[in-house]
Amino acid sequence: MTMARRFFAGLALALLTACAAPEPARDADLYSALGEHPGIRAIVDETLRNVADDARIVAIFADSDIGRLRTKLVEQICDISGGPCEYSGDSMEKSHAGLGIDAAEFNAFVENLRTAMIDLRVPESAQNRLLARLAPMREDILEKEERTD
Amino acid sequence: MNHGHTDCPAHRLAVAIVLLILPVTAAAGGKLIGTGGATQIEGAAGGGIVPWALLGGYGTEDENGATAFFSSVDTGDYRLDVIGAGFVWNNRVEISFARQDFDTGSLATAFPTLIAPDARIGQDVFGAKFRLTGDTIYGRWPQVALGIQHKRNRDFAIADAVGARNDTGTDVYLSVGRLLLAGLAGRNVYLNGTVRSTRANELGLLGFGGPDNDGRELVAEASAAVFLDRRTAIGVEYRQKPDNLAFADESDWSDVFIAWFPNKNLSLTAAWTDLGSIATLDDQRGLYFSAEAAF
Repeated sequence: MTMARRFFAGLALALLTACAAPEPARDADLYSALGEHPGIRAIVDETLRNVADDARIVAIFADSDIGRLRTKLVEQICDISGGPCEYSGDSMEKSHAGLGIDAAEFNAFVENLRTAMIDLRVPESAQNRLLARLAPMREDILEKEERTD
Repeated sequence: MNHGHTDCPAHRLAVAIVLLILPVTAAAGGKLIGTGGATQIEGAAGGGIVPWALLGGYGTEDENGATAFFSSVDTGDYRLDVIGAGFVWNNRVEISFARQDFDTGSLATAFPTLIAPDARIGQDVFGAKFRLTGDTIYGRWPQVALGIQHKRNRDFAIADAVGARNDTGTDVYLSVGRLLLAGLAGRNVYLNGTVRSTRANELGLLGFGGPDNDGRELVAEASAAVFLDRRTAIGVEYRQKPDNLAFADESDWSDVFIAWFPNKNLSLTAAWTDLGSIATLDDQRGLYFSAEAAF
Protein backbone atom coordinates (compact mmCIF):
# COMPACT_ATOMS: atom_id res chain seq x y z
CA MET A 1 0.00 0.00 0.00
CA THR A 2 1.82 3.11 -1.26
CA MET A 3 0.05 5.61 0.94
CA ALA A 4 0.80 3.61 4.06
CA ARG A 5 4.43 3.19 3.00
CA ARG A 6 4.81 6.92 2.46
CA PHE A 7 3.21 7.56 5.84
CA PHE A 8 5.68 5.24 7.58
CA ALA A 9 8.64 6.70 5.70
CA GLY A 10 7.55 10.17 6.79
CA LEU A 11 7.10 9.00 10.35
CA ALA A 12 10.53 7.35 10.38
CA LEU A 13 12.08 10.55 9.07
CA ALA A 14 10.28 12.63 11.69
CA LEU A 15 11.51 10.32 14.46
CA LEU A 16 15.07 10.42 13.16
CA THR A 17 15.13 14.21 12.95
CA ALA A 18 13.53 14.28 16.41
CA CYS A 19 16.64 12.57 17.82
CA ALA A 20 19.09 14.96 16.25
CA ALA A 21 16.97 18.10 16.66
CA PRO A 22 19.17 21.17 16.95
CA GLU A 23 18.54 23.77 19.67
CA PRO A 24 15.44 25.72 18.69
CA ALA A 25 16.17 29.03 17.01
CA ARG A 26 16.18 32.04 19.29
CA ASP A 27 13.47 34.42 18.29
CA ALA A 28 12.19 37.29 20.40
CA ASP A 29 8.75 36.05 19.38
CA LEU A 30 8.57 33.73 22.40
CA TYR A 31 9.72 36.52 24.72
CA SER A 32 6.80 38.69 23.63
CA ALA A 33 4.36 35.73 23.72
CA LEU A 34 5.32 35.20 27.37
CA GLY A 35 4.45 38.85 28.07
CA GLU A 36 8.02 40.17 28.08
CA HIS A 37 9.62 41.04 31.43
CA PRO A 38 6.40 41.61 33.45
CA GLY A 39 4.85 38.42 32.05
CA ILE A 40 7.91 36.33 32.86
CA ARG A 41 8.07 37.79 36.38
CA ALA A 42 4.43 36.81 36.90
CA ILE A 43 5.09 33.28 35.60
CA VAL A 44 8.09 32.83 37.91
CA ASP A 45 6.21 34.21 40.94
CA GLU A 46 3.20 31.99 40.29
CA THR A 47 5.45 28.96 39.73
CA LEU A 48 7.29 29.55 43.01
CA ARG A 49 3.96 29.95 44.83
CA ASN A 50 2.85 26.60 43.37
CA VAL A 51 6.15 25.00 44.41
CA ALA A 52 5.74 26.34 47.94
CA ASP A 53 2.43 24.45 48.15
CA ASP A 54 3.81 21.27 46.59
CA ALA A 55 4.79 18.73 49.25
CA ARG A 56 6.62 16.66 46.63
CA ILE A 57 9.38 19.19 46.08
CA VAL A 58 9.10 22.12 48.50
CA ALA A 59 11.86 20.64 50.69
CA ILE A 60 14.37 20.87 47.83
CA PHE A 61 14.19 24.65 48.09
CA ALA A 62 14.50 24.74 51.89
CA ASP A 63 18.04 26.18 51.82
CA SER A 64 17.55 28.36 48.74
CA ASP A 65 17.69 32.14 48.74
CA ILE A 66 14.23 32.53 47.17
CA GLY A 67 14.80 36.18 46.23
CA ARG A 68 17.94 35.29 44.28
CA LEU A 69 16.30 32.20 42.78
CA ARG A 70 13.42 34.36 41.54
CA THR A 71 15.76 36.94 39.98
CA LYS A 72 17.87 34.27 38.27
CA LEU A 73 14.85 32.35 36.96
CA VAL A 74 13.36 35.50 35.45
CA GLU A 75 16.73 36.35 33.89
CA GLN A 76 17.15 32.83 32.52
CA ILE A 77 13.66 32.56 31.01
CA CYS A 78 14.07 36.07 29.53
CA ASP A 79 17.39 34.94 28.04
CA ILE A 80 16.25 31.63 26.52
CA SER A 81 13.02 33.11 25.23
CA GLY A 82 15.01 35.58 23.14
CA GLY A 83 14.59 38.60 25.43
CA PRO A 84 17.18 41.30 26.13
CA CYS A 85 18.80 39.53 29.08
CA GLU A 86 21.96 37.55 29.72
CA TYR A 87 21.66 34.77 32.31
CA SER A 88 24.31 35.49 34.96
CA GLY A 89 23.67 32.63 37.39
CA ASP A 90 25.57 29.42 37.97
CA SER A 91 25.44 26.58 35.44
CA MET A 92 22.50 24.19 35.83
CA GLU A 93 24.90 21.46 36.86
CA LYS A 94 26.48 23.58 39.61
CA SER A 95 23.26 25.12 40.93
CA HIS A 96 21.60 21.70 41.31
CA ALA A 97 24.63 19.75 42.53
CA GLY A 98 23.95 17.67 45.62
CA LEU A 99 20.21 18.30 45.62
CA GLY A 100 19.60 14.72 44.46
CA ILE A 101 16.75 15.71 42.14
CA ASP A 102 15.09 12.73 40.45
CA ALA A 103 12.88 12.44 37.38
CA ALA A 104 9.61 12.71 39.32
CA GLU A 105 10.79 15.86 41.16
CA PHE A 106 11.93 17.46 37.91
CA ASN A 107 8.52 16.76 36.38
CA ALA A 108 6.79 18.13 39.50
CA PHE A 109 8.54 21.47 38.91
CA VAL A 110 7.50 21.35 35.23
CA GLU A 111 3.89 20.74 36.34
CA ASN A 112 4.03 23.76 38.65
CA LEU A 113 5.42 25.91 35.84
CA ARG A 114 2.80 24.59 33.43
CA THR A 115 -0.04 25.21 35.89
CA ALA A 116 1.25 28.75 36.49
CA MET A 117 1.27 29.48 32.76
CA ILE A 118 -2.22 28.01 32.30
CA ASP A 119 -3.56 30.10 35.22
CA LEU A 120 -1.92 33.21 33.73
CA ARG A 121 -3.45 32.40 30.32
CA VAL A 122 -0.13 32.13 28.51
CA PRO A 123 -0.92 30.80 25.00
CA GLU A 124 -0.53 27.00 24.68
CA SER A 125 2.08 27.35 21.94
CA ALA A 126 4.22 29.70 24.04
CA GLN A 127 4.01 27.29 26.99
CA ASN A 128 5.22 24.41 24.85
CA ARG A 129 7.97 26.39 23.16
CA LEU A 130 9.30 27.47 26.56
CA LEU A 131 9.18 23.85 27.82
CA ALA A 132 11.04 22.76 24.67
CA ARG A 133 13.85 25.21 25.47
CA LEU A 134 14.02 24.17 29.11
CA ALA A 135 13.95 20.41 28.39
CA PRO A 136 17.65 20.10 27.37
CA MET A 137 18.64 21.38 30.85
CA ARG A 138 17.12 18.32 32.50
CA GLU A 139 20.29 16.28 32.02
CA ASP A 140 22.31 18.76 34.11
CA ILE A 141 19.60 19.20 36.74
CA LEU A 142 19.06 15.51 37.57
CA GLU A 143 21.33 13.65 39.93
CA LYS A 144 23.71 11.71 37.68
CA GLU A 145 22.58 8.18 38.58
CA GLU A 146 18.99 9.26 38.02
CA ARG A 147 19.52 10.12 34.37
CA THR A 148 17.60 8.15 31.83
CA ASP A 149 20.09 5.73 30.36
CA MET B 1 -28.40 -9.63 22.55
CA ASN B 2 -26.92 -9.54 26.02
CA HIS B 3 -24.10 -7.07 26.48
CA GLY B 4 -24.57 -6.99 30.25
CA HIS B 5 -21.26 -6.99 32.05
CA THR B 6 -22.14 -7.74 35.63
CA ASP B 7 -22.50 -11.47 34.99
CA CYS B 8 -19.35 -11.73 32.91
CA PRO B 9 -16.56 -13.73 34.61
CA ALA B 10 -13.93 -11.65 32.81
CA HIS B 11 -15.23 -8.49 34.40
CA ARG B 12 -15.28 -10.08 37.82
CA LEU B 13 -11.64 -11.01 37.18
CA ALA B 14 -10.83 -7.41 36.26
CA VAL B 15 -12.37 -6.15 39.48
CA ALA B 16 -10.36 -8.73 41.40
CA ILE B 17 -7.14 -7.66 39.68
CA VAL B 18 -7.82 -4.00 40.42
CA LEU B 19 -8.56 -4.77 44.04
CA LEU B 20 -5.36 -6.82 44.32
CA ILE B 21 -3.27 -4.06 42.80
CA LEU B 22 -4.78 -1.10 44.67
CA PRO B 23 -3.30 -1.62 48.14
CA VAL B 24 0.30 -1.91 46.88
CA THR B 25 0.35 1.20 44.74
CA ALA B 26 0.68 4.78 45.82
CA ALA B 27 -0.97 7.83 44.32
CA ALA B 28 -0.25 8.87 40.73
CA GLY B 29 3.43 8.84 39.79
CA GLY B 30 5.84 11.46 38.56
CA LYS B 31 5.49 11.23 34.80
CA LEU B 32 3.83 14.17 33.05
CA ILE B 33 0.12 13.86 32.34
CA GLY B 34 -0.71 12.10 29.06
CA THR B 35 2.67 10.37 28.86
CA GLY B 36 1.22 7.10 30.15
CA GLY B 37 -0.88 6.87 27.01
CA ALA B 38 -4.07 4.83 26.93
CA THR B 39 -4.39 1.02 26.70
CA GLN B 40 -4.75 -0.56 23.28
CA ILE B 41 -7.06 -3.50 22.54
CA GLU B 42 -4.41 -6.13 23.31
CA GLY B 43 -3.64 -4.68 26.74
CA ALA B 44 -0.39 -2.80 26.07
CA ALA B 45 0.01 0.91 26.77
CA GLY B 46 -0.63 2.63 23.47
CA GLY B 47 -3.36 4.20 21.48
CA GLY B 48 -6.48 2.26 20.54
CA ILE B 49 -5.12 -0.34 18.12
CA VAL B 50 -1.33 0.24 18.22
CA PRO B 51 1.02 -0.55 21.12
CA TRP B 52 3.31 2.39 21.85
CA ALA B 53 6.90 2.61 23.10
CA LEU B 54 5.81 4.36 26.29
CA LEU B 55 4.87 2.29 29.33
CA GLY B 56 1.48 2.57 31.04
CA GLY B 57 0.67 4.61 34.08
CA TYR B 58 2.71 7.41 35.61
CA GLY B 59 5.58 5.78 37.48
CA THR B 60 9.09 7.14 36.90
CA GLU B 61 12.35 5.21 37.37
CA ASP B 62 11.86 4.88 41.13
CA GLU B 63 8.15 4.20 41.08
CA ASN B 64 5.69 1.47 40.13
CA GLY B 65 2.40 2.01 38.38
CA ALA B 66 -0.69 0.04 37.47
CA THR B 67 -3.57 0.40 35.06
CA ALA B 68 -6.95 -1.21 34.46
CA PHE B 69 -9.05 -0.64 31.36
CA PHE B 70 -12.21 -1.41 29.49
CA SER B 71 -12.59 -0.93 25.72
CA SER B 72 -15.38 -1.59 23.29
CA VAL B 73 -15.84 -1.21 19.55
CA ASP B 74 -19.12 -1.84 17.75
CA THR B 75 -19.41 -1.94 13.96
CA GLY B 76 -23.05 -2.96 13.82
CA ASP B 77 -22.17 -6.41 12.47
CA TYR B 78 -19.65 -7.18 15.21
CA ARG B 79 -18.73 -6.05 18.66
CA LEU B 80 -15.47 -6.45 20.58
CA ASP B 81 -15.23 -5.88 24.34
CA VAL B 82 -11.87 -5.96 26.08
CA ILE B 83 -10.94 -5.69 29.73
CA GLY B 84 -7.56 -5.95 31.32
CA ALA B 85 -4.87 -4.62 33.58
CA GLY B 86 -1.20 -3.77 33.52
CA PHE B 87 1.63 -3.29 35.98
CA VAL B 88 4.72 -1.20 35.29
CA TRP B 89 7.88 -1.56 37.29
CA ASN B 90 10.32 1.41 37.51
CA ASN B 91 9.29 2.69 34.06
CA ARG B 92 11.28 -0.26 32.72
CA VAL B 93 9.00 -3.29 32.40
CA GLU B 94 5.28 -3.44 31.68
CA ILE B 95 3.32 -6.65 32.14
CA SER B 96 -0.28 -6.81 31.05
CA PHE B 97 -3.28 -9.04 30.67
CA ALA B 98 -6.27 -8.52 28.40
CA ARG B 99 -9.38 -10.61 27.83
CA GLN B 100 -11.13 -10.07 24.52
CA ASP B 101 -14.76 -11.00 23.99
CA PHE B 102 -15.77 -10.92 20.34
CA ASP B 103 -19.46 -11.03 19.46
CA THR B 104 -19.71 -12.56 15.98
CA GLY B 105 -23.06 -10.81 15.52
CA SER B 106 -24.14 -10.92 11.87
CA LEU B 107 -21.66 -13.64 10.93
CA ALA B 108 -24.20 -16.37 11.75
CA THR B 109 -26.35 -15.05 8.89
CA ALA B 110 -23.44 -15.39 6.45
CA PHE B 111 -22.38 -18.85 7.70
CA PRO B 112 -25.53 -20.42 9.19
CA THR B 113 -24.10 -23.96 9.18
CA LEU B 114 -20.84 -22.90 10.80
CA ILE B 115 -21.73 -20.30 13.39
CA ALA B 116 -24.50 -20.26 15.96
CA PRO B 117 -26.43 -17.01 16.33
CA ASP B 118 -24.69 -14.70 18.82
CA ALA B 119 -21.65 -16.97 19.02
CA ARG B 120 -18.75 -15.38 20.89
CA ILE B 121 -15.02 -15.86 20.55
CA GLY B 122 -12.84 -15.22 23.57
CA GLN B 123 -9.11 -14.62 23.67
CA ASP B 124 -6.56 -13.96 26.41
CA VAL B 125 -3.51 -11.82 25.72
CA PHE B 126 -0.53 -11.99 28.09
CA GLY B 127 1.77 -9.07 27.34
CA ALA B 128 5.19 -7.81 28.38
CA LYS B 129 7.06 -4.72 27.22
CA PHE B 130 10.61 -3.68 28.05
CA ARG B 131 11.94 -0.16 27.67
CA LEU B 132 15.27 -0.69 25.93
CA THR B 133 16.52 2.88 25.80
CA GLY B 134 15.59 6.52 25.50
CA ASP B 135 12.76 8.60 26.91
CA THR B 136 9.36 9.75 25.67
CA ILE B 137 10.24 13.44 26.16
CA TYR B 138 13.80 14.08 27.31
CA GLY B 139 17.33 13.38 26.18
CA ARG B 140 18.75 12.60 22.76
CA TRP B 141 16.92 9.39 21.96
CA PRO B 142 13.25 8.58 21.55
CA GLN B 143 11.87 5.82 23.73
CA VAL B 144 12.46 2.38 22.25
CA ALA B 145 10.64 -0.66 23.62
CA LEU B 146 10.50 -4.36 22.80
CA GLY B 147 7.24 -6.14 23.50
CA ILE B 148 5.59 -9.53 23.26
CA GLN B 149 1.92 -10.50 23.24
CA HIS B 150 1.17 -14.15 23.86
CA LYS B 151 -2.37 -14.90 22.71
CA ARG B 152 -4.57 -17.85 23.60
CA ASN B 153 -7.79 -18.21 21.64
CA ARG B 154 -10.43 -19.66 23.97
CA ASP B 155 -13.00 -20.65 21.31
CA PHE B 156 -11.00 -22.13 18.46
CA ALA B 157 -13.82 -24.02 16.72
CA ILE B 158 -14.76 -21.15 14.37
CA ALA B 159 -11.13 -20.29 13.54
CA ASP B 160 -10.42 -23.98 12.98
CA ALA B 161 -13.38 -24.26 10.59
CA VAL B 162 -12.17 -21.33 8.45
CA GLY B 163 -8.67 -22.78 8.10
CA ALA B 164 -6.54 -21.36 10.94
CA ARG B 165 -3.64 -23.61 11.91
CA ASN B 166 -3.14 -22.82 15.61
CA ASP B 167 -5.13 -21.60 18.60
CA THR B 168 -2.18 -19.81 20.20
CA GLY B 169 0.41 -17.40 18.90
CA THR B 170 2.99 -14.92 20.11
CA ASP B 171 3.46 -11.48 18.54
CA VAL B 172 6.80 -9.71 19.01
CA TYR B 173 7.07 -5.98 18.39
CA LEU B 174 9.60 -3.16 18.46
CA SER B 175 8.21 0.30 19.09
CA VAL B 176 9.75 3.78 18.88
CA GLY B 177 7.96 6.84 20.22
CA ARG B 178 8.61 10.45 21.07
CA LEU B 179 6.69 13.47 22.29
CA LEU B 180 7.92 16.50 20.37
CA LEU B 181 7.50 19.60 22.54
CA ALA B 182 6.01 22.39 20.40
CA GLY B 183 6.36 19.96 17.50
CA LEU B 184 3.57 21.32 15.31
CA ALA B 185 2.42 24.95 15.38
CA GLY B 186 3.46 25.17 19.03
CA ARG B 187 1.43 22.09 19.97
CA ASN B 188 3.05 18.99 21.47
CA VAL B 189 3.04 16.06 19.05
CA TYR B 190 3.39 12.36 19.84
CA LEU B 191 4.74 10.14 17.05
CA ASN B 192 5.03 6.38 17.34
CA GLY B 193 6.08 3.64 14.97
CA THR B 194 5.77 -0.06 15.73
CA VAL B 195 6.96 -3.09 13.75
CA ARG B 196 5.33 -6.39 14.67
CA SER B 197 6.09 -10.00 13.81
CA THR B 198 2.84 -11.95 13.85
CA ARG B 199 0.85 -14.93 12.53
CA ALA B 200 -2.45 -13.72 14.00
CA ASN B 201 -5.70 -13.62 12.01
CA GLU B 202 -7.89 -10.69 13.13
CA LEU B 203 -5.78 -10.25 16.31
CA GLY B 204 -5.87 -14.04 16.87
CA LEU B 205 -9.67 -14.13 17.24
CA LEU B 206 -9.61 -16.19 14.03
CA GLY B 207 -6.57 -18.14 15.15
CA PHE B 208 -3.03 -18.12 13.84
CA GLY B 209 -1.61 -18.99 10.43
CA GLY B 210 -3.60 -20.33 7.52
CA PRO B 211 -3.57 -21.73 4.00
CA ASP B 212 -2.43 -18.47 2.33
CA ASN B 213 0.47 -17.94 4.71
CA ASP B 214 1.52 -19.96 7.73
CA GLY B 215 4.69 -18.10 8.66
CA ARG B 216 5.44 -14.94 10.58
CA GLU B 217 4.96 -11.67 8.79
CA LEU B 218 6.36 -8.23 9.62
CA VAL B 219 3.65 -5.58 9.77
CA ALA B 220 4.01 -1.85 10.46
CA GLU B 221 1.83 0.24 12.73
CA ALA B 222 1.92 3.98 13.26
CA SER B 223 0.25 6.65 15.35
CA ALA B 224 0.44 10.44 15.36
CA ALA B 225 -1.30 12.62 17.92
CA VAL B 226 -1.43 16.33 18.63
CA PHE B 227 -2.08 17.63 22.15
CA LEU B 228 -4.57 20.49 21.87
CA ASP B 229 -3.80 21.31 25.47
CA ARG B 230 -2.22 19.53 28.45
CA ARG B 231 -5.13 17.10 28.82
CA THR B 232 -6.56 16.55 25.34
CA ALA B 233 -5.05 14.83 22.30
CA ILE B 234 -6.42 14.07 18.85
CA GLY B 235 -4.73 11.63 16.52
CA VAL B 236 -4.71 8.98 13.85
CA GLU B 237 -3.55 5.37 13.82
CA TYR B 238 -2.81 2.86 11.10
CA ARG B 239 -2.17 -0.84 11.57
CA GLN B 240 -1.15 -3.30 8.84
CA LYS B 241 -2.43 -6.83 9.28
CA PRO B 242 -1.52 -10.17 7.74
CA ASP B 243 -3.91 -11.99 5.39
CA ASN B 244 -3.36 -15.68 6.10
CA LEU B 245 -6.82 -17.16 5.65
CA ALA B 246 -8.24 -18.18 2.27
CA PHE B 247 -11.97 -17.79 3.00
CA ALA B 248 -11.82 -14.00 3.43
CA ASP B 249 -9.55 -11.02 2.86
CA GLU B 250 -8.18 -9.41 6.02
CA SER B 251 -7.90 -5.60 5.97
CA ASP B 252 -5.51 -3.11 7.50
CA TRP B 253 -7.08 -1.05 10.29
CA SER B 254 -7.15 2.68 10.95
CA ASP B 255 -8.82 5.11 13.31
CA VAL B 256 -9.05 8.74 14.28
CA PHE B 257 -9.26 9.36 18.01
CA ILE B 258 -9.64 11.89 20.76
CA ALA B 259 -8.18 11.16 24.17
CA TRP B 260 -8.87 13.10 27.34
CA PHE B 261 -6.73 12.92 30.47
CA PRO B 262 -8.75 14.74 33.18
CA ASN B 263 -6.13 13.68 35.73
CA LYS B 264 -3.38 11.09 36.17
CA ASN B 265 -5.88 8.49 37.41
CA LEU B 266 -8.18 8.45 34.41
CA SER B 267 -8.14 8.60 30.64
CA LEU B 268 -11.09 8.40 28.25
CA THR B 269 -10.65 7.71 24.55
CA ALA B 270 -13.20 7.77 21.76
CA ALA B 271 -12.40 6.83 18.17
CA TRP B 272 -13.95 6.35 14.79
CA THR B 273 -12.54 3.10 13.44
CA ASP B 274 -12.31 1.72 9.93
CA LEU B 275 -11.76 -2.03 10.25
CA GLY B 276 -12.32 -2.82 6.58
CA SER B 277 -13.48 -6.32 5.75
CA ILE B 278 -13.69 -8.85 8.59
CA ALA B 279 -14.50 -12.50 7.81
CA THR B 280 -16.21 -11.63 4.47
CA LEU B 281 -18.34 -8.79 5.92
CA ASP B 282 -17.18 -5.53 4.30
CA ASP B 283 -17.18 -1.92 5.48
CA GLN B 284 -16.79 -2.56 9.18
CA ARG B 285 -16.74 0.92 10.66
CA GLY B 286 -17.83 2.03 14.05
CA LEU B 287 -17.29 3.85 17.29
CA TYR B 288 -14.63 2.81 19.77
CA PHE B 289 -14.63 3.80 23.40
CA SER B 290 -12.04 3.12 26.08
CA ALA B 291 -11.63 4.05 29.72
CA GLU B 292 -8.43 3.53 31.67
CA ALA B 293 -7.77 3.94 35.35
CA ALA B 294 -4.16 4.47 36.45
CA PHE B 295 -2.73 4.14 39.93
